[in-house]
Amino acid sequence: MNQERKIRVLIAKPGLDSHDRGAKIVARALRDAGMEVIYTGLRQTPEQIVETALQEDVDVIGLSILSGAHTTLFPRIMELIKEKGLNDVLVFAGGIIPEEDVPEMKKIGIKEIFGPGTPTETLVKYVKENVKKKI
Amino acid sequence: MFDKKELARITREKERWQQTTLPKWLSEHPERQKEFHNTSGARINRLYTPEDIQNMNYTRDIGFPGEYPFTRGIHATMHRGRLWTMRQFSGFGTAEQTNKRFKYLLSEGETGLSIAFDYPTITGYDSDHPKAQGEVGRCGVAISSLKDFEILFDGIPVDKVTTSMTINGPAAVLLAMYIAIGDKQGVPRTMLGGTTQNDMLKEFFAQKLCIFPPKPSVKLVTDIIEYCAKNLPRWNPISISGYHIREAGASAVQELAFTLYDGIAYVESALERGMNVDEFAPRLSFFFASHNDLFEEIAKFRAARRLWARIMRERFKAKKPRSMWMRMHVQTSGCTLTAQQPLNNIIRVTIQSLAAVLGGTQSLHTNSFDEALCLPSEEAVRVALRTQQIIAHESGVANTVDAIGGSYYVEALTNEMEEKATKYIEKIDNMGGVYTAIEKGFFQKEIADSAFKYQQEIDTHKRKIVGVNDYKIANECITIPLLRVDPKVEEDQIKRLQKTRKERDNKKVKQTLDKLHDDAEKNQNLMPTIIDAVKAYATLGEICDVLRGVYGEYKELIII
Repeated sequence: MNQERKIRVLIAKPGLDSHDRGAKIVARALRDAGMEVIYTGLRQTPEQIVETALQEDVDVIGLSILSGAHTTLFPRIMELIKEKGLNDVLVFAGGIIPEEDVPEMKKIGIKEIFGPGTPTETLVKYVKENVKKKI
Repeated sequence: MFDKKELARITREKERWQQTTLPKWLSEHPERQKEFHNTSGARINRLYTPEDIQNMNYTRDIGFPGEYPFTRGIHATMHRGRLWTMRQFSGFGTAEQTNKRFKYLLSEGETGLSIAFDYPTITGYDSDHPKAQGEVGRCGVAISSLKDFEILFDGIPVDKVTTSMTINGPAAVLLAMYIAIGDKQGVPRTMLGGTTQNDMLKEFFAQKLCIFPPKPSVKLVTDIIEYCAKNLPRWNPISISGYHIREAGASAVQELAFTLYDGIAYVESALERGMNVDEFAPRLSFFFASHNDLFEEIAKFRAARRLWARIMRERFKAKKPRSMWMRMHVQTSGCTLTAQQPLNNIIRVTIQSLAAVLGGTQSLHTNSFDEALCLPSEEAVRVALRTQQIIAHESGVANTVDAIGGSYYVEALTNEMEEKATKYIEKIDNMGGVYTAIEKGFFQKEIADSAFKYQQEIDTHKRKIVGVNDYKIANECITIPLLRVDPKVEEDQIKRLQKTRKERDNKKVKQTLDKLHDDAEKNQNLMPTIIDAVKAYATLGEICDVLRGVYGEYKELIII
């Protein structure tokens, strides 16, 4: 029987901040929605995150950061993603990302930013509707 | 607590009420919900009466303030005598910027300092470490060497303020810097007052800012406890923290139980070191969160005090009443703040602060209304501090001791909290103690489950959060001014650090670091050598690297 490939998601925590409550809730909600979820754990460098994404052959990367270091770390992650040819991977982010930074984050290729208070069902729906699945 | 005959009469009267007045009213006015629960999932009764606390013994379980079991407070007059310390956690950018914020807060009536360090400092990296990129000064002040600390305390006499430092893995290094500042200002070490958080156990399952594995981490914690007991009599070497446990998602009951269990583990560690319980226990302090459910929180604080007193007397045979005191700092709960309609957060903080004050806290931090969006702006911090001042001087709640004591509801809840926490403590004892529970991921799983459940309740509208899943403003545009940390902070900080490394006596630095390595291998108390290293301007990163070499680094146990 040919089983459909599940959506593969990497939930990643770049930077040094250890606020993982949101990342873990998102990971669990996506898993409960039938996706294959890999959670990196804390304090991952951009290189480690992109390497894991490549190794795990993911369709989606969700980045969570609350320290304010997104302005330094997200551009580096997006650069590496392009370098490794992961152009079809859907990248979204969450955490504390001020409204005024959102246009810049979208310009570098982060497709959506979800702030505090986002219901998990919104995320599940977003991923399902926007993922480019590999066959 | 009640006369038997009187109690029987109340029971009869309650039955009568339940058969007459109540059904009559309910038939036309149904209740809003079928059941009501608090955040710990406990079902809340419609009404509490003397029946619910009939097994209580007033002197045994409630007693008088300043006396065992301290349910009503650790001091005889509580806030009628001295108000709680208003201590706002702050720190951002460079030492210069934070020094300015400290002076501002002190001039606005704050009565104690509380330092927030940035992530590189907390995790034991210097500001120029590759992992520190983008993080320097973002969520706290960047401290890499004594040079930074000298600037941080410029013009602040350390014999006039007490200082709390939210620092764990590198707590010994920051305490050493504080001691060095005191020495420079000519303040005797016996006069230094303040707190190092220095609670590593909760790091492994809640805040997760770990450097070394659990056992060497607790060894360092115990070094500080021992050093302070002998040299810094006014210093609280540890602040055993439930705050981060709660913020990571735990319920109030879990916060209470896990925090007290960590406390038990530290007492055991100090006893194993050969200390006498009454020698160090009076300086153990605690730190809790205050969430939204007013009465649940008040009950939690009261239960915490009573349970700790019982643990210290019964389990550890403490003799001094002070060893049984649970002195606590409370912070309002960051995770309850919403990014939506941020001014609403002022009301949340007010309710949470009331719980802390009515619960008998010794010290309080009120969060700023903009904290779901950014670090607090000056205006937001002022409103937060004013909230405490209004409660202290206008609300009247501080005018009597334990104003809520004797409420049938709160006394019943206090009992329930204590019972449930005691069950958890027994469970962890049976599991083999705190290290096994961490290794098995017990705490981590309990907390993750509670966090997920709480979010589900919000997502399914079982729990209403004003402005988030109800009473929303369509297309809300948030217009409050946000504090941004200038990226130049990182450059300036790195420049200063590199200049310090160049200008110091590097031979002396090497000597002290070599000695630290030896002392660590020989399992000595490391405080004296760390003070020497800090005074030679060895950096925080260098000191932590020596210890990483001896103890290894902790690898996170990932549990979703």
